[in-house]
Amino acid sequence: MTMKKAISIACTAALATLSAGAQAQVSGGVVKIGVLTDLSGTYSDLAGSGAVLATKMAVEDFIAKEKPDFKIEVVSADHQNKADIASNKAREWFEREGVDTATELVTTSVALAVMKIAKEKDRIALMSGPASTPITNEQCNDVTVHYTYDTYALANGTAKAVTKQGGKNWFFLTADYAFGQALEKDASAVVTANGGKVLGSVRHPFPGSDFSSFLLKAQASGAQVIGLANAGADTTNAIKQAAEFGITPTQSLAGLLMFITDIHSLGLKTTQGMYLTEGFYWDLNDETRAWSKRFFGVQKKMPTMVQAGQYSSVYHYLKAVKAAGSDDTKKVMAQMKKMPINDFFAKNGQIREDGRMVHDMYLMQVKKPAESKYPWDYYNVRQVIPAAEAFQPLSQSRCPLVKK
Amino acid sequence: MEIFGVPTALLGSQLLIGLINGSFYAILSLGLAIIFGLLNIINFAHGAQYMMGAFIAWLALTKFNVNYWVALIAAPLLVGLFGVILERTMLRKLYKLDHLYGLLLTFGLALIIEGVFRDQFGISGESYEVPEALSGGIHLGFMFLPIYRAWVIVASLTVCFGTWYMIEKTRLGAYLRAGTENSQMVQALGINVPLLITFTYGYGVALAAFAGVLAAPVFQVNPLMGSNLIIVVFAVVVIGGMGSILGSIVTGIGLGLIEGLTKVFYPEASAVVVFVIMVIVLLVRPAGLFGKA
Repeated sequence: MTMKKAISIACTAALATLSAGAQAQVSGGVVKIGVLTDLSGTYSDLAGSGAVLATKMAVEDFIAKEKPDFKIEVVSADHQNKADIASNKAREWFEREGVDTATELVTTSVALAVMKIAKEKDRIALMSGPASTPITNEQCNDVTVHYTYDTYALANGTAKAVTKQGGKNWFFLTADYAFGQALEKDASAVVTANGGKVLGSVRHPFPGSDFSSFLLKAQASGAQVIGLANAGADTTNAIKQAAEFGITPTQSLAGLLMFITDIHSLGLKTTQGMYLTEGFYWDLNDETRAWSKRFFGVQKKMPTMVQAGQYSSVYHYLKAVKAAGSDDTKKVMAQMKKMPINDFFAKNGQIREDGRMVHDMYLMQVKKPAESKYPWDYYNVRQVIPAAEAFQPLSQSRCPLVKK
Repeated sequence: MEIFGVPTALLGSQLLIGLINGSFYAILSLGLAIIFGLLNIINFAHGAQYMMGAFIAWLALTKFNVNYWVALIAAPLLVGLFGVILERTMLRKLYKLDHLYGLLLTFGLALIIEGVFRDQFGISGESYEVPEALSGGIHLGFMFLPIYRAWVIVASLTVCFGTWYMIEKTRLGAYLRAGTENSQMVQALGINVPLLITFTYGYGVALAAFAGVLAAPVFQVNPLMGSNLIIVVFAVVVIGGMGSILGSIVTGIGLGLIEGLTKVFYPEASAVVVFVIMVIVLLVRPAGLFGKA
């Protein structure tokens, strides 16, 4: 197993000539970006090596376009979804290797651990992978940016749409740990706020493989909608088995955290008609297609929102370093919050004082097999959820940094 | 009608599901028990071999258009052959050493096999459709039983009891059992014991692959599917009594049922209940329920 796979790509060749005049403001004349991700476990398809690739693409593009007068290095490591491994690595990077920012950080427990170390060491944490809302609420700090999505946005998109379309009675199938419970809580609030009712829920051990018992309970509840407050293999197995037990034609499923890689692995026959919320889809417009096809050329898979968000967040960070003329955490954070984000991933994206990057989200419905015309043609965009509605409003924030 | 506040219909369906999961446990723990009983090897690669069975079925269908029924025979044969090669080239050297060496070797192999599959196929897994002849289901009144799940029970119990019969009641089985008791004596009587052992390991591994093919339409086929299951299966073997053939079958089914019941009354504990039972059994009967002390 690759315990420590630290690939160091130095994008120095192109820069060798420029480095002579490196500004004293950027410490050592080098900006070092650490990608701390799951390279081998459950989340390695939705983040993993694809997130490392996205980071490298962002660095290459930035060098080609912005011609910075500092060098940029990328290092990466596998945190194995364990907070202790992630903490040790982040500490090592910040203390001894001069890493300026730890990025990606999928899995909430990892994210929460690393953002504390970043605060202590005065470095930046850029999060494109993790989902839970405490990152920008109770646990928020001024060195963290939560970039791509969160459980509030997912619940708000999917649960609202399904409830409004008549799915009033819900039953939750929840992974029995912090993330599942957070997701269930956020989604229940949305269901009730939109005139729906939550009939009950069942907590399944994480990770599970056979969900038929829990699905039969959900079936017996008579709910119209079974909300899946879990992720990864738990979600895909639950969906597969719901079809097997004849649950899906009569009751509908709502996957509260799903990625395009999950749809790809389950196939359209099983997932058709499902609603889900995404922060990015490769086939939205010419810009997203152009970038995604470059990504596909190397990775042989279309990017997830986490991977696209990773590119965008790293590029934005580098732009802020250049604009601030420094890699000082305070100056860069101020610059990142000041500049709007406009790229293929986000239009007029803005990083708020609580660290939340707000941008448009998309409510998707999975296509029927007959509607899919080419590989990875999976979604119909049902609604663009404007940035202002997609994320938790600052008025509800529990983050002490937010002045009310 | 209700029992302890749970409708009987729900209870009935949960017991049936418990039986289905129990069949998987039974067939996997049977393979482990045979290998341990006759080779003294704790085969930690069992989960990876189960996963290989599922992946071969999936590859056969998607790349070569080979249907489920052929895969159900071919995948265990291929994985069994792989087991034979492992036994001949590596495991053979460890028989005289402590159990721990075999465990470490097979554990290492499991990590390598899973790593290779993860590298090739990613982690999200692949979908294997239920074969046409077994799709659909029957309304039993208290639940909708997918025909495929019923087939899982029939197929795995047939294979389990067939294996038990072969080992306990046939001449070949008698050689095997005699070989483990006193291999030199059996060899002196003109029986090729090393070949018997190789065959046994191959057969145990083939059982894992057979379970893998059975599981492919039920679970998402992914590189870690075996490692999630194998720990529970080890607990089953320990509870049944290491090396006891009938013990592993009966315990597998029984624990599936108990796990099913736990899911009705207190689902949060369903992942631990097997281990709680294991602790109790080890304290009261250290050799396991069916083991000889």
